[in-house]
Amino acid sequence: MTRQMTGAKMVVQALKDQGVDTVFGYPGGAVLPIYDEIFQQNDIKHILVRHEQGATHAAEGYARATGKPGVVLVTSGPGATNAVTGLTDALMDSIPMIVLTGQVPTFMIGSDAFQEADTVGITRPCTKHNWLVKETDNLAGVIHEAFHVATSGRPGPVLVDIPKDVQFANGSYTPPEQVQTHYNPQVKGDMAEIEKLVDLVMTAKKPVFYTGGGVINSGPAATQLLRELVAATDFPITSTLMGLGCYPASGKNWLGMLGMHGLYEANMAMHDCDLMINVGARFDDRITGRIDAFSPKSKKVHIDIDPSSINKVIRVDVPILGDIAHVLEDVLRVWKAKGRKTQKEGLAKWWAQINEWRKVDCLKFKQSGKTIKPQHALARLEALTKDHDRYITTEVGQHQMWAAQYLGFEDPNRWMTSGGLGTMGYGTPASIGVQVAHPESLVINVAGEASWLMNMQEMGTAVQYRLPVKQFILNNERLGMVRQWQELLHGERYSHSWSEALPDFVKLAEAFGAKGILCDNADDLDEAIKEMLAYDGPVIFDCLVEKHENCFPMIPSGKAHNEMLLGEAETQGAIDAKGSVLV
Amino acid sequence: MSPLKIKKGSTSHSAYNLRPTFSDVQERHTLAVIVENEPGVLARVIGLFSGRGYNIESLTVAEVDHEGHLSRITIVTTGTPQVIEQIKAQLGRIVSVHQVNDLTVEGPAVERELAMFKVAGTGDKRIEALRLAEIFRANVVDSTLESFVFEITGAPEKIDAFADLMRPLGLQEVARTGVAALSRGNE
Repeated sequence: MTRQMTGAKMVVQALKDQGVDTVFGYPGGAVLPIYDEIFQQNDIKHILVRHEQGATHAAEGYARATGKPGVVLVTSGPGATNAVTGLTDALMDSIPMIVLTGQVPTFMIGSDAFQEADTVGITRPCTKHNWLVKETDNLAGVIHEAFHVATSGRPGPVLVDIPKDVQFANGSYTPPEQVQTHYNPQVKGDMAEIEKLVDLVMTAKKPVFYTGGGVINSGPAATQLLRELVAATDFPITSTLMGLGCYPASGKNWLGMLGMHGLYEANMAMHDCDLMINVGARFDDRITGRIDAFSPKSKKVHIDIDPSSINKVIRVDVPILGDIAHVLEDVLRVWKAKGRKTQKEGLAKWWAQINEWRKVDCLKFKQSGKTIKPQHALARLEALTKDHDRYITTEVGQHQMWAAQYLGFEDPNRWMTSGGLGTMGYGTPASIGVQVAHPESLVINVAGEASWLMNMQEMGTAVQYRLPVKQFILNNERLGMVRQWQELLHGERYSHSWSEALPDFVKLAEAFGAKGILCDNADDLDEAIKEMLAYDGPVIFDCLVEKHENCFPMIPSGKAHNEMLLGEAETQGAIDAKGSVLV
Repeated sequence: MSPLKIKKGSTSHSAYNLRPTFSDVQERHTLAVIVENEPGVLARVIGLFSGRGYNIESLTVAEVDHEGHLSRITIVTTGTPQVIEQIKAQLGRIVSVHQVNDLTVEGPAVERELAMFKVAGTGDKRIEALRLAEIFRANVVDSTLESFVFEITGAPEKIDAFADLMRPLGLQEVARTGVAALSRGNE
């Protein structure tokens, strides 16, 4: 028997049936019926954000910290357009997210009604899929399908646009188990290709695992199997920004992050390897550097669930289409069945070479005097928090790269950062989403002052819901990464890359009802961090750091992995005219 | 729309023009795409081509299965082999797309296009136009004392050839449907 109910009630019922416990949202005229239903129940918690962009990033943070999809509810028009950045961010980073938007009633669509926008049109290129629901009878089915699409295959954001008359009207509710879909991406890898990979594993003398966010998206089994495979083969492993935590930073095979600001040993290993096993990464331009000089001597294997990622940028020798957990399970099984062979002697030489590279100690820095180096601030933060049950979010820029370099991640889902889109303003709302999911854990947003100001209104959300998020701001009074590029590429003409009117962050914290801490002296840093950790509530930590510090190592634009800059001394003329057009 | 013309190993274009060591030869492919017949599905397909800088030479779309809610989009596109592979993979990724077939590589296929030509003229030119139309098996579907409208069906090359012949004979207007294509054989 089908149940009859209003569209608004259906939305709440469908969310309950999908196991949703938290929705991030902001009410408005076109979603009032749904908000009325939310008011009359207690199963789903609604977090009122201060801006719709904040809702989307909070949902992303929630999704990445839990492995469950994030859910957002916003109104029509500006509510929907404000969600566009978060949708694009989630699309680029493959984060499962369901955004429900209100829409003007069906009979007013196209009339330029108040708060009308062509939401499905605007969000078509920044969602994995989207729907405009015109019949209440279809609403529940569409929402269930939306969850299916968002979470299967390569995850991503979806949007369901619900006109107000559809919310008011009665219709029959379709339970999740009755929903039919033709969208079922392949998860099992092709055995012939897996055999080829195993043969390469058995013959490689200089192998490297190049892992990415796909491992984390695939779930805990993928992480477990990857760690087992790395331990059994003793191959070195590096990871993209998105994949940090899939292999523990304290693990002996860990080379650190690779890419534009990756570690020397990781990039050199990528350049000189004879077998590259890409597990859930996508040969992003931040990783490859110069394409025609990218890892010239290697056989390349690519495991990915998205067929369009394979051979998009780098031609690979062995493409394996499938879910990472399924594929790695098969790889391990076949490799064990074939006698668990590796080239022990070659590997030993390879490790000796890697250990030589490690001696370069590319992350070394010298903290002297009272001015805090940003690297030192993060090194101390790491030392004082690594034993905590800790989650880290970041904004975008130099601080983000330093956080990736100096903080260690032992487990997946502990590191939330905007990788693909590079969205300044991501970190504060993301930290709120993470804290909602893990109320007892330590959640720190490592930020720069410029990024942080972009979504600082969400401190109001943190205070309202008593979310003790720690905003750790490395304040250099500069757009640090922009400044760095202007120094390297634009003759040190610092066009608009600093702010002459920064707020007093301590007073700002107090105005929000949070705690503010200022630290401008390296001698006081540890005590100040401890004070932040001890405070049971949201904190804005204004850490004044060295203003002109650059982020190294750096692969300059248009250069290869083995042409890294390791410090200030090497920056003169490092980027040629060709490289300067790259971003 | 212009095809991607990127030199081998080029990196100076932008950070995203990263098409390396594949063949540079531009190939013309006919793709048959079976899609869910729902609002916005054509926009998804076209948006993919414009958003990623792919080329569309011709595009036809119509519902082919009313019961099953399916439409068939036939796209003729050009690009290097790698770009063609990307186009297929990207199309396959669209949730409303059920199936993508590359008729150019999946064995022989028949391609047909329908076109209408308005040719105006009198005297010898008019007689010559009518004679050529017969050779090309074009039908006259409208006639005045000073004009014809011809209807012609065939492979795009045949229609191009007919257009070239009609131009000096008083060609006024052309309407073409774009290519519809099916694979040959019983499957």
